[in-house]
Amino acid sequence: MTGTAEDTLRVSVWRGNEAGGALAEYRVPARANQTVLDVVTYIQRELDPSLAYRFACRVGMCGSCAMTVNGRARWTCRTHVSKVAQDGALELRPLSNLPVIRDLATDMAPFFDKWSRAKGTFQPKDAPDGAVPAEFAVVPPASRQREAADAGIECIGCGVCYASCDIVAWNQDYLGPAALNRAWTLVNDVRDGAKRERLDAVAGDAGCHACHSTQSCTERCPKQIDPSGAIAGLKRSLFWSILPGFR
Amino acid sequence: MNGVHLWAVQRITAMFLALAVVVHLVTILVAVRGGLSGAEIIARTSGSLAWFGFYAAFALAAGLHGAIGLRAIGAEWLGWRGRGVDALWLGIGLATAAFGIRAAWGLFSA
Repeated sequence: MTGTAEDTLRVSVWRGNEAGGALAEYRVPARANQTVLDVVTYIQRELDPSLAYRFACRVGMCGSCAMTVNGRARWTCRTHVSKVAQDGALELRPLSNLPVIRDLATDMAPFFDKWSRAKGTFQPKDAPDGAVPAEFAVVPPASRQREAADAGIECIGCGVCYASCDIVAWNQDYLGPAALNRAWTLVNDVRDGAKRERLDAVAGDAGCHACHSTQSCTERCPKQIDPSGAIAGLKRSLFWSILPGFR
Repeated sequence: MNGVHLWAVQRITAMFLALAVVVHLVTILVAVRGGLSGAEIIARTSGSLAWFGFYAAFALAAGLHGAIGLRAIGAEWLGWRGRGVDALWLGIGLATAAFGIRAAWGLFSA
């Protein structure tokens, strides 16, 4: 393919698997309003059909297309090339802190396993067996607890925060920002009956106490959620829970 | 003792240390005004339960605070984890505190 520097993007894509890999170079025509996902799709359809990557909705709803774009974890579907390309160059790698399946596709299982470990499942207070309660719960939307829950409820599990977290890189057992954010929304859900068990599950060196509040998660969350604030909330709740008379 | 307690101890000692360091610095500034001498220091601290109590608490807080912080650094940067390592950090923290308390006792009993 030929083209001038202005109308051609130089794209380096990490190709490989869990055993290792290297960057491969591609030339992709530059277009107006082009997203990074458009670039990846062009490479897979036109240049090398063996490229592995993951996407579904293309509009920022599903959370499956996150990759490392020029060193930063991002949703590729909602990232315009013009915002991130440096001198017409893009470097695409799989998300950090997760096992690579192949090329740009990571194995999200460890990420979601940690949601389970953080007891990220709603446990109805009135119906411990999971049955639908007979009456609707009345939860004022402006109540303090509901506002705290709402602040983190829009997470779609894309893994951008998890890939951006230094603590996850240093401590493989650390639950990570997304799972802890999920736990915090449930701790603040007045209909939930598993607060005690959940706080115990998120305490300690693999839980919220490992967080140093460096806030990369908050900085990079594409939904503008504040997992760092959620983790601070968990630390506060746990602090009061160990004082006699507050538990 | 678990992560919650270690975190609570580190935050509480941090609050106390912030105050204690200010008291310590102000004391130094006031003490050096008339020229600093060993006799002058001992005149202030000898037999003073208040100064002994203050510096003993300071040393204990500093020992625990430092050891808990180093424990986190050791775990993250060097992979030092487990009960044996925790016991070692507790020992280091208490030993650090003991040196400080011994010095405070020396000034008290001089």
